[in-house]
Amino acid sequence: MTFKSEELLACVIARLIGGAKHVAVGAASPIPATGCLLLKAQGAPLRVSFLHKRKGNPFTEGSRELFDLAGQGRIDVFFLGGAQIDGAANINLVRAEGRRFPGSFGSAFMYPVVPRTILFREEHSRRTLVPKVEFVSAAGNPQALLTGKALFAWQKDRRRFRLESVHPGHTAEEVRNDTGFDFDFQEINTTKEPSEQELALLRGPVAQAIQADYPDFAKRVWGLN
Amino acid sequence: MPPDYSMPAMEVVRELIRRKAKNLRLLGVPVLGMCADLLIGAGCVAEVESSAVSLGEAGLAPRFSEAVEKNLIKMRDATCPAIHTALQATEKGVPFMPLRGVLGSDLIAGRKDWKVLQNPFSPGEDPILFIPAITPDVALFHARWADEAGNVWIGRRKELATIAHASRLTFVSFEEQKTGNMLEDELLAPGVLSATYVSAVAQARNGAWPLGIADLYGIDDAHLALYAKAAKTQAGFDRYLDDFVLKSVAV
Repeated sequence: MTFKSEELLACVIARLIGGAKHVAVGAASPIPATGCLLLKAQGAPLRVSFLHKRKGNPFTEGSRELFDLAGQGRIDVFFLGGAQIDGAANINLVRAEGRRFPGSFGSAFMYPVVPRTILFREEHSRRTLVPKVEFVSAAGNPQALLTGKALFAWQKDRRRFRLESVHPGHTAEEVRNDTGFDFDFQEINTTKEPSEQELALLRGPVAQAIQADYPDFAKRVWGLN
Repeated sequence: MPPDYSMPAMEVVRELIRRKAKNLRLLGVPVLGMCADLLIGAGCVAEVESSAVSLGEAGLAPRFSEAVEKNLIKMRDATCPAIHTALQATEKGVPFMPLRGVLGSDLIAGRKDWKVLQNPFSPGEDPILFIPAITPDVALFHARWADEAGNVWIGRRKELATIAHASRLTFVSFEEQKTGNMLEDELLAPGVLSATYVSAVAQARNGAWPLGIADLYGIDDAHLALYAKAAKTQAGFDRYLDDFVLKSVAV
């Protein structure tokens, strides 16, 4: 069975979300959005709030509504990324190597407040996964760190990541070489491949739904025009 | 000023550049985009307070990034709910409001005006962040309609109401004039900002272009990409200003 890296990552995200009731997905996040819609297509009673949806966004109280919902505990899962992510699970959206990035957005609030944060960064390199971030935009205890090469679990008591699985087509050695921070590992598994049922849903109804907000992504991954 | 997705007054931004505004202090509620990047590139800005400045799908805000890297403007980094909270404090007429989260972020070290204090109502240890109220001099945004009573319609973009409630002056450009009083229409009224908060309005058709206004026209993605490319260098940005700002453009 052949599949795209984006499809694999969306399947991993769907499994990580699991039985959550309400997930919020930020702007410019086609893969997390795809994972959420896959879970819904599988019949999960999941509420997904897509922020910055051009048509029909879920909020009527302006952009503060998301943060008020999160502050009350009405959002179970949120996704965060970062120009840099370090081994203590800190994320940096502000500056690195003399370059200025957009800024912290709502991360400083959402990360510690939302019960489950999934860190997601497709690029897996020593540039993005660093020993220590140059600026801590936000600190917290994530559920997991998912990259284009591997899945890490977070060990809250040890404040360290543990390598859970390496994606098909990559090796543990490659992951170790390309990760700037130290992490634990025991036995190293291969990330479970998408099933035929998952791929059928992704390439059918999920792709159609994603196309509305992410036309370029849908074209690149599934050839939808 | 609101984010690019929330009815920015782009035509007024262009006019500020034509009038060579200087030393503006921008507040992003809670983030900024092309409006801020244009003003920064044109040398109108001394200071920015925002949770982020970016062009969204079109990438980094190049004039903002370079101005911060070269220390040409002062940047006060915040996080989205901190800005909402600071404005909500002003709405209520109280000097500060607490906010959960944020502890552990380096943002706090950069903000001498924020304080982490013990929750006065908790018997156990419970540190919480206190944010002082912000009262902007001017709220500036674009609206779909203005009516004869001086009300403006902002729809679901309630951050615009918060900005207006908290600011000393509120200036609104608008697309279309409506006769009568929108507050007498039960379907329109929930999206109306009352004239109580509005200092002055001026009509600017397509006034948000190349950004959008819900249900009327969308973001001009091709133009935003053109801008993002041009603004990568100051020379390219200056050419963009010549082509699209300094001479009045018909769209």
